[in-house]
Amino acid sequence: MSKMQIKLTVNGRERELLAEPRELLIHLLREELNLTGPHIGCDTSHCGACTVEMDGKSVKSCTVFAAQANGAEVTTIEGLAEPGSLNVLQSAFREHHGLQCGFCTPGMITRAHRLLQENPDPSEEEVRFGMAGNLCRCTGYQNIVKSILAAATELNAAKEAAE
Amino acid sequence: MNDLTPDSAARAAKLKGLGCSRKRVEDVRFTQGKGNYVDDIKLPDMLFGDFVRSPYAHARIKSINIDAAMALPGVIAVLTAKDLEPLGLHWMPTLAGDKQMVLADGKVLFQGQEVAFVIAEDRYINADAIELVEVEYEELPVLTDANKAMDADAVVLREDLAGQTSGAHGERRHHNHIFRWEAGDEAATNEVLEAADVVVEETVYYHRTHPCPLETCGSVASMDKTTGKLTLWGTFQAPHVVRTVASLISGIEEHNIRVISPDIGGGFGNKVGVYPGYVCSIVASIVTGRPVKWVEDRMDNLMATAFARDYWMKGKISATKEGKITGLHCHVVADHGAFDACADPTKFPAGFMSICTGSYDIPTAWLGVDGVYTNKAPGGVSYRCSFRVTEAAYFIERMIEVLAIELGMDAAELRAKNFIAKDQFPYESALGWEYDSGDYHTAWTKALKAVGYDDLRAEQAERIEAFKRGETRKLLGIGLSHFTEIVGAGPVKNCDILGMGMFDSCEIRIHPTGSAVARFGTISQGQGHATTFAQILASEIGIAADSITVEEGDTDTAPYGLGTYGSRTTPVAGAAAAMAGRKIRAKAQMIAAYLLEVHDGDLEWDVDRFVVKGAPEQFKTMTEIAYASYNQAIPGLEPGLEAVSYYDPPNMTYPFGAYICVMEIDVDTGTHEIRQFYALDDCGTRINPMIIEGQIHGGLTEALAIAMGQEIAYDDIGNVKTGTLMDFFLPTAWETPTYTTDFTETPSPHHPIGAKGVGESPNVGGVPAFSNAVHDAFRPFGLKQAHMPHDHWRVWKIANDLGLHTQG
Repeated sequence: MSKMQIKLTVNGRERELLAEPRELLIHLLREELNLTGPHIGCDTSHCGACTVEMDGKSVKSCTVFAAQANGAEVTTIEGLAEPGSLNVLQSAFREHHGLQCGFCTPGMITRAHRLLQENPDPSEEEVRFGMAGNLCRCTGYQNIVKSILAAATELNAAKEAAE
Repeated sequence: MNDLTPDSAARAAKLKGLGCSRKRVEDVRFTQGKGNYVDDIKLPDMLFGDFVRSPYAHARIKSINIDAAMALPGVIAVLTAKDLEPLGLHWMPTLAGDKQMVLADGKVLFQGQEVAFVIAEDRYINADAIELVEVEYEELPVLTDANKAMDADAVVLREDLAGQTSGAHGERRHHNHIFRWEAGDEAATNEVLEAADVVVEETVYYHRTHPCPLETCGSVASMDKTTGKLTLWGTFQAPHVVRTVASLISGIEEHNIRVISPDIGGGFGNKVGVYPGYVCSIVASIVTGRPVKWVEDRMDNLMATAFARDYWMKGKISATKEGKITGLHCHVVADHGAFDACADPTKFPAGFMSICTGSYDIPTAWLGVDGVYTNKAPGGVSYRCSFRVTEAAYFIERMIEVLAIELGMDAAELRAKNFIAKDQFPYESALGWEYDSGDYHTAWTKALKAVGYDDLRAEQAERIEAFKRGETRKLLGIGLSHFTEIVGAGPVKNCDILGMGMFDSCEIRIHPTGSAVARFGTISQGQGHATTFAQILASEIGIAADSITVEEGDTDTAPYGLGTYGSRTTPVAGAAAAMAGRKIRAKAQMIAAYLLEVHDGDLEWDVDRFVVKGAPEQFKTMTEIAYASYNQAIPGLEPGLEAVSYYDPPNMTYPFGAYICVMEIDVDTGTHEIRQFYALDDCGTRINPMIIEGQIHGGLTEALAIAMGQEIAYDDIGNVKTGTLMDFFLPTAWETPTYTTDFTETPSPHHPIGAKGVGESPNVGGVPAFSNAVHDAFRPFGLKQAHMPHDHWRVWKIANDLGLHTQG
């Protein structure tokens, strides 16, 4: 199948690649760019393990064609913090035991990151609703919700201190 | 001891040993997206393999034409049973003593069955090629109802077994019969039932479901033709057993096979079995000389690898009119699908279903299980439970409820009246188990008090009156559950898988500067072994958990073990850790005695050091001892400080718990809201309370899913109706309630640190609690038994059948 040229920015770095028109963004990220943080859990956009950010929105990269990301700015879990360090959300997930097997975690944290951009001071109910596109089989969500609320509090305190 | 030496408690706290909610060491990688799961493995020249699967549940294969697929550029090979036959690999042995087709040999027996294996340069070409393989089928009559499997005129499924009147577990009574397995005394039980004041009969169905970990199953096989060594990465809950099986079926000597379980994205039993995909990836790598990856998609996973449950349990329970239980009779029709591929200890084809007397002192009981073939996927794994223990717990916790209805007695009181009392432990059950320890009354009383049980019952009574007056359309259900598990398989004398005794292992090596590496025969799938094993060792050998690296899952480096499932890791490998630690300490004591020039009997252990009795200023820390072991010639002692333990547990462990669910049910929509869920667990000694709590939350959510909507459903012609996450219910954060956890602590008397295992308790105890809440809501209107899952439609149907929609 003929390939098309795709130019996009991934985690702040400009990339130019060739991809089949039918190639999914998740495969481009994982196979071509070796960004294996986003995972494939269901193929039908239910589980959210493949969640990345595209132009400031959470998307499920298993149901986005690579071609649709042409010209876009994409951020994956690998781009949320400096390599080797944890950002506030990542630390909160560790502190509050918001993960077990770790398979949903990259998508979960990437989604939570966007959620807190959309709503910096969410209620528990808003977190539960805002995270409902990401499935976890291990934690029962209780500590995920706790982690996100704790991260929001910390980020807001830091913002206040800076003002 | 001088002023500069911190006291014992301060030093112990620094170790982060037993009882510490130590933060997980795994999380630093996982939160950065740096996990390494099987689909993340990328090798030079790697090919991708995937299956052509059967659209039919039962059909004869007339022909397979691979020409068009082979003509597609990028397709390397298409394997069928005919290609595997010369290697003797078109069928493989199952863990349950049956055999299973690797690729369809003449016929297919379930929808989604593996028919041909396509090997191509990448997964897109592979998907195209699968479409181009032409398979001609002739449909056969389909059997999906397990209760009709042994009818005289039932269609023959397993023609390969024609004329075989006995199988791996004894007599076969019918062409679709697999085994009959019994425990207890049927004649005595029948006598008790006949003589009893009260007997109730009920059929309790625990429906077919699936563990559905977020990561599906997969493998990467790489045969190095230069060295003759096969490396196999895969989603294996039991990597060492996989190596042995791979050697037995491939003929490659075991030392030339290296099996690696990398990070595993949840298992819950799905990754215990051996699947055709693993075998085909190995064959494909041998045939092509290139690494081959196979990874299921979600539909493959739900249709083909390892369902759970599917037990039709017919029960009779008898009691005196005062409510003292006298007997229990249980007959099960077990739907095993097309091949018996259950993952149970060899001598237990129905797992530990004989724990079905539960937490109760039932003097006489009988259990009989008939396993049957149907046109459904093989499996029968333990989905977040020890072998068939969820089925057993659900059965008895439903039977108690129907008995309470018959007696007109409160179900909480009936339970308390029949609990095995604390002073009866160790307790010999009527079905042959020796319960090691328990204190059920204390746990139960604590649970009832915590939820305000009497107030809840009063509120429920008021609600019913209000409902009858037409003031509300919501009912209140109080779901009770007191479960006893049997985990930690198990003693080699009666537990094995394919002949391998179910011990487990730990090997510790202390480095000269006092840090350590410990390797185990188990493998974490999210349980946090790297965190908790180090805690056990820290308390045993006085080296900080942060200075102990834990490794599992590589058969070239880890000692042999039977893997992680059935809550066996802490009871068995955790015990091995403690025992290996004690061997280290014994040698360390002799080294310390030499260094301090005293008799080793004059020393006592104090957290992280040996101290001369009566002279606390004279001591040697483990760090000093470790260094000395490498640089001193100590008479009579070998250099170095390492130990290995292969632990054969003397008995199973018996965790228990008391769960209470308070549920509001909307009679007109069938929807529910969980107002409160209280979970008290007793898992003996608690290693890491944070991790325990996380396990309880997760297991309860799986229980919620199973009880309230999750199922693998088939239509009459064997089509899987729940093959994607659109239809197969996994709760989101939105549907999942907030849980309250609690505990009592009754240590196991035979486990070196008293631990019992906990990861599966919430699924075992949770399902009856949720289901009993639904039943309890409708109990005042005459409901005795309704089958799970209690999705909105089925709950609406209960209300409708009880006439609650016409009254309102």
